[in-house]
Amino acid sequence: MTPLVQMKDVSISFGGVKAVDHVSIDLYPGEVVGLLGHNGAGKSTLIKMLSGAYKMDSGEIWIEGKKAEIHSPRDSRDYNIETIYQTLALADNLDAASNLFLGRELTTKLGFVDDGRMEAETRKIMARLNPNFKKLKEPVSALSGGQRQSVAIARAVYFKAKILIMDEPTAALGVHETKMVADLIQELKKQGLGIFLISHDTREMMELCDRVSVMKNGQVVGTERVEDVTEDDILSMIILGKNPRAAA
Amino acid sequence: MSDLTATDTPPKRSFLQSLEVDTRLLGMIGAFALVCIVFNILTDGRFLTPRNVFNLSIQTASVAIMATGMVFVIVTRNIDLSVGAILAVCSATMALTQTRFLPDTLGLGLGHPLIPWVTIAFGIAVGALIGAFNGWLVGYQGIPAFIVTLGGFLVWRNVGWVQTSGQTIGPLDPVFQDFGGINGTLGTQWSWVFAGVAVLTTCWLLWSNRKTKVGHGFPVKPVWAEVSLTVILSGAILAFVATLNAYAVPERAVARDFADYGCATAVGCNPSYGIPVSVLLLIAVAVTLTVVARRTRLGRYIFATGGNPDAAELSGINTRLLTVKVFAIMGVLCAIAAVVASARQTYHTNDIGTLDELRVIAAAVIGGTALSGGVGTIYGAILGALIMQSLQSGMAMVGVDAPYQNIVVGSVLVFAVWVDIQYRKITGAK
Repeated sequence: MTPLVQMKDVSISFGGVKAVDHVSIDLYPGEVVGLLGHNGAGKSTLIKMLSGAYKMDSGEIWIEGKKAEIHSPRDSRDYNIETIYQTLALADNLDAASNLFLGRELTTKLGFVDDGRMEAETRKIMARLNPNFKKLKEPVSALSGGQRQSVAIARAVYFKAKILIMDEPTAALGVHETKMVADLIQELKKQGLGIFLISHDTREMMELCDRVSVMKNGQVVGTERVEDVTEDDILSMIILGKNPRAAA
Repeated sequence: MSDLTATDTPPKRSFLQSLEVDTRLLGMIGAFALVCIVFNILTDGRFLTPRNVFNLSIQTASVAIMATGMVFVIVTRNIDLSVGAILAVCSATMALTQTRFLPDTLGLGLGHPLIPWVTIAFGIAVGALIGAFNGWLVGYQGIPAFIVTLGGFLVWRNVGWVQTSGQTIGPLDPVFQDFGGINGTLGTQWSWVFAGVAVLTTCWLLWSNRKTKVGHGFPVKPVWAEVSLTVILSGAILAFVATLNAYAVPERAVARDFADYGCATAVGCNPSYGIPVSVLLLIAVAVTLTVVARRTRLGRYIFATGGNPDAAELSGINTRLLTVKVFAIMGVLCAIAAVVASARQTYHTNDIGTLDELRVIAAAVIGGTALSGGVGTIYGAILGALIMQSLQSGMAMVGVDAPYQNIVVGSVLVFAVWVDIQYRKITGAK
């Protein structure tokens, strides 16, 4: 099977610091790959190259078996890559529909922004993702963490992402809302999406992911299938920066 | 994702809630009405005469036109301190174009019908270029807008000075003068035609807005609320036009130029001024910018960038180019304001538009534009400009000394922002 994403030998430096140092990683359809590691290990930087927020210094990105040119967030979107950022990347002063369609507004025949149609579409998708979502007219700053998260997720689902990047999607959420995100990940997986998931919660990652890659100091320590390793193995990889299985 | 505050049965709503009118807007209208009433009492009814309303509206036009553009600038978290200077350089350029370059150098001769139009087009191009240059320095070179436009504040006014060698240039072309002066008005009949069109447009907009909502199955206001809003808005338009139409042209002017007012003789000819062309320009600018803000991608991106620049960037919005566009719009509006301001004076002076940058920023801020970005309305900025001008003219009419006038206006600015902050705290709005 052709991988959805192959990042080959990717590197980026910021002022002499190698934030990501010759990393290779891949992702298959219907698969969840977790990225683990300390703060500053390079997880977010790695995926920001895939989402077009950063330009890599060297290396290649291949999407569905073809070399991809990703130089901006817009390029990344054109490859059906959607990103849910840790900071959610929402314009707090705008309502849910404006945020959902930001950068891809629906327009009327005359080229004006069609708020009515966007609100109707938002209502439809929210009815599916989060039936309790009622505050469609208010700026998203008035929403709870979970509601804001569902706006960010709706963006990825609505535009039919093939590749989804989730950076700490449950960090700001309560128990109930975390469960909702987990269910959604399972559903999207069944639809054949590939998902990169970043989290600090090792236990959560063991439950949600098919494979996990551990990063330290900008390099991948190891990539393992979750059924082959224990939580302790993962923790020691994060802390020691060595793969115990490779040593054995 | 439970939401405890959301309920399916709508709570009982007050009259104002049913109208769905912005409470902040009501507050500003209330403040404006208060200013008018107080000065009307203090001046024994001279403040709200047709003549003074007419003067107020042509005095406000230039600053109000620029204030609408300042809303976009401030919403994107920038500032433009150079608008008065850009107005001056555009005014100087246009004055030279219409009195020297086109008539003499190109040999069109004074009074050629093309002169005012070519002049205005050229002035707007100059304004757009200067604005775009400011925007390029801010967006692409990363220099803070405060610094770029503080520099521009010194540069552009003095470029105008060099151009004209500091001389007063005039008189300006007679048709050009119609864009700002007391003689450039629609007259009674056309003013009523305009009022009719405006009322019909308002009704149509409210109705089609409701139809769209019903079409999508969204909740709508009760019919009585819709009707009240239509009546209030139409009433306001008609009252404003009626007031301007009540301002009669002085007898002496009629006796001299009765033919200009469409009369065969001066006897029995009672023309009135009606809507000034500068106010029409302001209305056109306000409508255009409101449409841009609410119904175009450009407007959506301006507000998104102000609300969260990083999110806008990650959504694929080119925020640098957006900055150039916003400053270019500001430049164009400075040029239009320059037409109005110099036409009103009938000549270009070296000090035209001095301190306008402060009036324009104050108008936008009093009108509810937040310096932290992302929040602001076009109508708010125009109301802000009206409140400022009313205070200034009202105090002048009452006979308040110049220093006290400035002290009051400055205090009002700070007070207005304080009230706005308290309002946001109470309502929990951002």
